[in-house]
Amino acid sequence: MPSICFYFQVHQPLRIKRYRIFNVGKDHEYFNESQPNNLNNRHILEKVARKSYLPTNALLLELLKTHPEFKISFSLSGVLLEQIEQHAPEVLHSFQELAATGRVEFLAETYYHSLSFLYSSDEFVSQVSLHHAKIKKLFCQSPKVFRNTELIYNNALAHTVEQMGYIGILAEGADHILEWRSPNFLYKPAGTKKIKLLLKNYKLSDDIAFRFSCHDWSEFPLTAPKFAQWVSALNGNAEVVNIFMDYETFGEHQWVETGIFDFLRHLPGEILKHPDNNFVTPSEAASRYNPTAVLDMAHFVSWADTERDLSAWLSNPMQNEAARQLFAMEPQILATENPLLVADWRKLQTSDHFYYMCTKWFADGDVHKYFNPYESPYDAFISFMNVLLDIKLRQEDCIKNKSNALFQ
Amino acid sequence: MKILMFGWELPPFNSGGLGVACHGLTKALAKENICVRFVLPKRIGNYDNFLNILFGDDFTSSPSATKWILALLNPYIPPLEYEAIRLEHGLEKLFGPTLFDEVGNYAIKAHTIAKAEPHNIIHAHDWLSFLAGIEAKRVSGNPLVVHVHATEFDRTGGSCVNQTVYEIERKGVQAADAVIAVSKLTKDTLTQHYGVAPDKISVIYNSVDHEEHEAPIKDLALAKAKLNGYGIVLFAGRLTLQKGPDYFLRAAQKVLEHNEKVLFLIAGNGDMEVQILETAIRLGIIDKIFFTGFLRGDELKQLYRAADVFVMPSVSEPFGITVLESLVNGTPVLISKRSGVSEVIHHALKVDFWDIDDTADKIIAALKHPPLRQCLREYGKQEVYQYSWYDAAKHCLQLYSKLLKTAPAY
Repeated sequence: MPSICFYFQVHQPLRIKRYRIFNVGKDHEYFNESQPNNLNNRHILEKVARKSYLPTNALLLELLKTHPEFKISFSLSGVLLEQIEQHAPEVLHSFQELAATGRVEFLAETYYHSLSFLYSSDEFVSQVSLHHAKIKKLFCQSPKVFRNTELIYNNALAHTVEQMGYIGILAEGADHILEWRSPNFLYKPAGTKKIKLLLKNYKLSDDIAFRFSCHDWSEFPLTAPKFAQWVSALNGNAEVVNIFMDYETFGEHQWVETGIFDFLRHLPGEILKHPDNNFVTPSEAASRYNPTAVLDMAHFVSWADTERDLSAWLSNPMQNEAARQLFAMEPQILATENPLLVADWRKLQTSDHFYYMCTKWFADGDVHKYFNPYESPYDAFISFMNVLLDIKLRQEDCIKNKSNALFQ
Repeated sequence: MKILMFGWELPPFNSGGLGVACHGLTKALAKENICVRFVLPKRIGNYDNFLNILFGDDFTSSPSATKWILALLNPYIPPLEYEAIRLEHGLEKLFGPTLFDEVGNYAIKAHTIAKAEPHNIIHAHDWLSFLAGIEAKRVSGNPLVVHVHATEFDRTGGSCVNQTVYEIERKGVQAADAVIAVSKLTKDTLTQHYGVAPDKISVIYNSVDHEEHEAPIKDLALAKAKLNGYGIVLFAGRLTLQKGPDYFLRAAQKVLEHNEKVLFLIAGNGDMEVQILETAIRLGIIDKIFFTGFLRGDELKQLYRAADVFVMPSVSEPFGITVLESLVNGTPVLISKRSGVSEVIHHALKVDFWDIDDTADKIIAALKHPPLRQCLREYGKQEVYQYSWYDAAKHCLQLYSKLLKTAPAY
């Protein structure tokens, strides 16, 4: 009786435009690239909405109507929500329609899709609260299950999140952690009381997200009946099969021409053909099933690259320096109480900025290069550091103005 | 296999990358036990002993040898200027009246050499030796490889192309059985402007003599300036339109507006020297610009090592060996996207040569952020070590073998 738990990450960062040292002190619009290039956030959002979000939302709505047993969950970052509110309200509306079915769950995360947990627990808690409020406002739901940026996870995170009242948390079912254990059961994070851990079945997830259109793959072409059969085969040996992926898989990473939408259209029906199969949302899974064992994950694990660690964001000296300088500014920035400045500073915490500075495999032109809108990790670093300088100058001005006001 | 190789210059009597490349490639071929007869146009009397010392190190233990025929000339001087320099330096006796006469004389001598020297393959470097290569092929009937290190389009930036030079280049690549280009960029130039079929061209990248540049040097230039917190930015190349020294100067001005504790070094000479000097004075930055003249060996190494960043803003750079030299010496590089070396070095700051703002921004960033320099230095150096002159030599050997298999037997 495997329960299938679908979760889609929906996120678009606010990419920093080409921001030179000569912009510092003059231009505070860091994210408003106007040329129709890879750094134009609005342009990219509209493209992804057209190719992925809108058609996939429409299809999922149809599937939810056709199959009363079908359920899904999303994690929408705050930076994405702000962007669709501003530039693609029809996308927001379509997510709200999905929410109205009552069978779509929204997860909690950091508003800015940030690396804040790695540097500041105060900042982390603030951003989760901001996101919680945003989801409640837009979808009339209170998230119960937490998912951290890029599935970055360790014991301490589970502990913090439990303290904040969440009943479940998501992580990568990484081989080097699980060893002989199965990702298809719930676990109890080491050092926690009752929060439940859902692990991504990366094999089945990546079969869709990465291998779907891969002609070299021995299972190509992947069909809905075949996938449903793989899921059903876990019967008796699995409680929850967690299929987690980027939402852009549908229509953006896997283009419409690959047949990904046809696959999705038939998938729920095929899975439900087997009477023992059913669908759950993460909070239902956490309520329905008990942990099978304690899982000790002292070190950070993520869903990125083969290493499944933090190296995509924090492995070279540029990434470490940029993050160190950014988070070191926390007390000074918050002291300004300037909402615009605080928001801009937080937008720089989005993990993608650090991903763009990654030099791992840069010369080989692999997936990192595919997802990098900058010509090189060096260009990404330079624009970021220039913006950081401008933020610092704004902060100094704010404090100066504040103390001036005090004396007047 | 015996290679009859026609070049124009070799270190230490080189004026640019052509000689360095010929030297590196020949040395690597010699280590593969390939007999290379390297032919140069002329041995000038006084050079004898000095050269023996150098070639003793590099070649005497190997089957290669150097053969001097005619004048050692700077292959980068535009033909018109050649006449002025020849007269100015009283070189009438050593050198012919025009550069084209020299090129022609070289071809005449090639006729004799090709008869006297047994060989299987002829390999000619750049237009100055193309006629010699063609003549040798006419005499022996052996396959001709022409190796293009630069074209007239690179040297002139595409304007004022010298028609005679272009004709010689075109003749060379057409007559050749195979063409070697030092980059895809050069290959594209050859297919677009010279009508060479793409499958006739092999791209064989240049490399750098890693060991030579790793050797310790005694002094470090400008140690005191560095101690006092000055950033150091280096340009090393001929002061000609092709190398973009004027863009370097304009970027320097922008950098100095932002940070006045930066020194800019210009190592090289050329037809734009006076213009660059005057521009630096006019821009009011002459106190921060230092002209070292043309440097080689340890002196150049000192500058590479002193610099925080090496800048190559070339308008059109077929390869750019200096970039590899800088990286081996541990200095990060900022390079023109219009360069062959950009095809093999990813860990570099890259700019459009005309984009002064971008160049200045990147120089400022490199000076300001040690982690940026650290990444560029470490990863860039790793890339340089992934490819050596031996790899280039092996590619040449593969090409020779292919030609010998398909060539008719004489």
